Amino acid sequence: METVVRRLGVWALVLLASIAAIALTPDKGFAIQMGIVALVAVILIIATATTYDPVARAQSIFRMPPGPSRYDDDVIRWGVIATMFWGIVGLLVGVFIAAQLAFPQLNFEPYLNFGRVRPLHTSAVIFAFGGNALLATSFYVVQRTCRTTLAFPALARFVFWGYQLFIVLAATGYILGIGQGREYAEPEWYVDLWLTIVWLAYLAVFVGTLLRRHEPHIYVANWFYLAFIITIAMLHVVNNLAVPVSFLGSKSYSLFSGVQDALTQWWYGHNAVGFFLTAGFLAMMYYFVPKQAGRPVYSYRLSIIHFWSLIFLYIWAGPHHLHYTALPDWAQTLGMVFSVMLWMPSWGGMINGLMTLNGAWDKVRTDPIIRMMVMALAFYGMSTFEGPMLSIKAVNSLSHYTDWTIGHVHSGALGWNGLITFACVYYLAPRLWNRERLYSLRMINWHFWLATLGIVFYAASMWVAGITQGLMWREYGADGYLVNSFVDTVAALHPMYILRAVGGLMYLSGALIMAYNIWMTVLGKLRDEAPMGDTPHDAAADTPIARPLVTEPAE
Amino acid sequence: MTKKRIDEPTGTETVGHEWDGIEELNTPLPRWWLYTFYATILFAAVYVVLYPAWPMIDRATGGTLGWSSRGDLAREMRAADAARAGVRAQIAATPIEALPANPQLMQAAVAGGAAAFKVNCAACHGAGAAGSPGYPNLNDDDWLWGGTLTDIETTLTHGIRWDANPETRVNFMPAFKDMLKPAEADAVAAHVLSLSGKATDNATGAQLFADNCAACHGPSGGGMPAMGVPALNDAIWLFGGTKADVTKQILAPRHGVMPAWKGRLDPVTIKMLAAYVHSRGGGQDPAPAAPAPEVAKGAAPAAKAKTDG
Repeated sequence: METVVRRLGVWALVLLASIAAIALTPDKGFAIQMGIVALVAVILIIATATTYDPVARAQSIFRMPPGPSRYDDDVIRWGVIATMFWGIVGLLVGVFIAAQLAFPQLNFEPYLNFGRVRPLHTSAVIFAFGGNALLATSFYVVQRTCRTTLAFPALARFVFWGYQLFIVLAATGYILGIGQGREYAEPEWYVDLWLTIVWLAYLAVFVGTLLRRHEPHIYVANWFYLAFIITIAMLHVVNNLAVPVSFLGSKSYSLFSGVQDALTQWWYGHNAVGFFLTAGFLAMMYYFVPKQAGRPVYSYRLSIIHFWSLIFLYIWAGPHHLHYTALPDWAQTLGMVFSVMLWMPSWGGMINGLMTLNGAWDKVRTDPIIRMMVMALAFYGMSTFEGPMLSIKAVNSLSHYTDWTIGHVHSGALGWNGLITFACVYYLAPRLWNRERLYSLRMINWHFWLATLGIVFYAASMWVAGITQGLMWREYGADGYLVNSFVDTVAALHPMYILRAVGGLMYLSGALIMAYNIWMTVLGKLRDEAPMGDTPHDAAADTPIARPLVTEPAE
Repeated sequence: MTKKRIDEPTGTETVGHEWDGIEELNTPLPRWWLYTFYATILFAAVYVVLYPAWPMIDRATGGTLGWSSRGDLAREMRAADAARAGVRAQIAATPIEALPANPQLMQAAVAGGAAAFKVNCAACHGAGAAGSPGYPNLNDDDWLWGGTLTDIETTLTHGIRWDANPETRVNFMPAFKDMLKPAEADAVAAHVLSLSGKATDNATGAQLFADNCAACHGPSGGGMPAMGVPALNDAIWLFGGTKADVTKQILAPRHGVMPAWKGRLDPVTIKMLAAYVHSRGGGQDPAPAAPAPEVAKGAAPAAKAKTDG
């Protein structure tokens, strides 16, 4: 009883503080955001006061198996559901802004104009979809590879739900026009502070679980997860150092100014890609690919060397986002050479993932989840080659500010992050809900082809658009004058923008098929369908790529 | 704990660890991977010697090639400027009204003006100079402040209603919202539209027009380019040609603003821009010497005003 009263008191204080903030602030957007906080507090008060257990009720809606099993999987199930939900939201918004670029009439002022909806898309796919996938898989992987349950189970739940509050505050803020104008770090100071608390709790749960492991060594996936969590904490705190104009308003100003501000921002922005979208997702790859393939990881030595070289080199590569700007030449040079050196460390992950299939290559043909993982690794390899190439100044002078960059980001995001996440969710769903198998394997196949074709449409149209744009911008006539105006280039790109939207729509429809498949799996249904991959495994035909040298008798 | 074994399909030894059923092979680093990694490191090592790279106490090392991005840009700009210098000097030395006499120079000026237009003017007047509501179309032969080369150059140099420039072109149309009753405004609008045959005329409107508007716009709505007064008889409208648009413009006129480019662009570029705009199709010749070329196309609308707004 006392604990209930104490909790009620805490929630009431939060409610009171947010109401006071609403009453006192002159900033409408800030008031709405505080309204969301107040709403959460009210829900918690009601939930506590009536000793009504909303989580148990919701768990029955989502057919979650009761009680903790050998591992603490409750929060992971929520994470999988959140991953699917935010994934659909993020992709839908992405298709919408792609259509806005092709048809500007779709900008509905002021709440749904491109400037506000674009960060909604990027944050929804990176932080909401990707972030939830990382939360869920990290909790899943760290328990199993440490043979222990989560340390601080209550804190783990706080991490999950606190992270959802962060997402909602960030997303509603963008729509209301609240943002600090830093790419991928748009949320304002109070949302940043909240995320810092959530993230430190995440670190505590993860490190706590590592410390209570019953294994002599820490598995490579956990190195990558830990690097991701620690580095994101550092990047987030430094890049968001800002002074609020008022504690009763959303606006703040960065602690840095001018080119230092720009460099801090791109140190953050680049390493958000490096540690959120690369290191974190490599961690997923290092657990789920060997599990799904049933094969040992290709090379322990490669995993060590590429881990440390990746971690060391990535953090310096940010200045390549500021080539040919006011950033001093020496910093641009360092950004470029570190990016070039990053090529092989990045490929180490691809090699280790792909070559793990040695001895199981037939599964690419028979297992749609493995096929999806292989495609993800292929796109990972392609984008991590393209990245160093684009960082070379001569290439960058053509590609910078063009849609080539957008194409590059999406071949990585849709190809690598999207497909590997989908594959992991397909792996997780039957296991987390104790189902015999997924509702349908054939639907994975549909998803795979729709997603792959969608990426091809997207990336190819953006390459063509980017190179067209770059060449048109720099085109000089024989008389020594620029040939094109900016709007000429916009008009020239129109067909490519439509193709891009078509590609995005295909990718989204694949994800919708997946959402249906996962939901049916959660409900415990099995689709009556012809089995996939009825070709038996022929061990003789399935030879590894790196065949050991065998001495053969001379003729 | 260590249980090393030989993995059968690959023939490689495992490291001996196992996590949740996952083992690791002890495969050596792929040679091609390692040597490519070394090659990129070598590339980086050479590059940081050749180019600015190492931050020191007060400045960074300059690199043995002596390259800098500012120097690079300056060199390219110098080369481009040098290539254009001869033509620019010639244009600078030629008064604008004398440009058409030298077709080659005129052509060079139009080309330079086209490029400058894309950078400076397209935002308002459109990439094809076709304008948009409130921003005049520069392709037709309808000119608010005159369409000779000299007129256009003056407009470009000093702007229109651009307070910062003392010589800017200024005029204002009075607002009639307190002077005309709604029915009267309606009648005047109908009369104005009838001048270009877009509505039927009416006596009230004609009388009100003669009393209030004809002083500036002319009895038949021909306008007064010297004062920037628009012609009303040519069916070309800056703020829209529906009756509602015209009524609105009578009651509460809107006035466009064009920046003065003097000080922002050099005189040669302004001259080239004037040549380009003049060449768009509606450029006028100076008054005394205007015989042949433009009369040729004036076959059908003979009554249409040439010099207006």
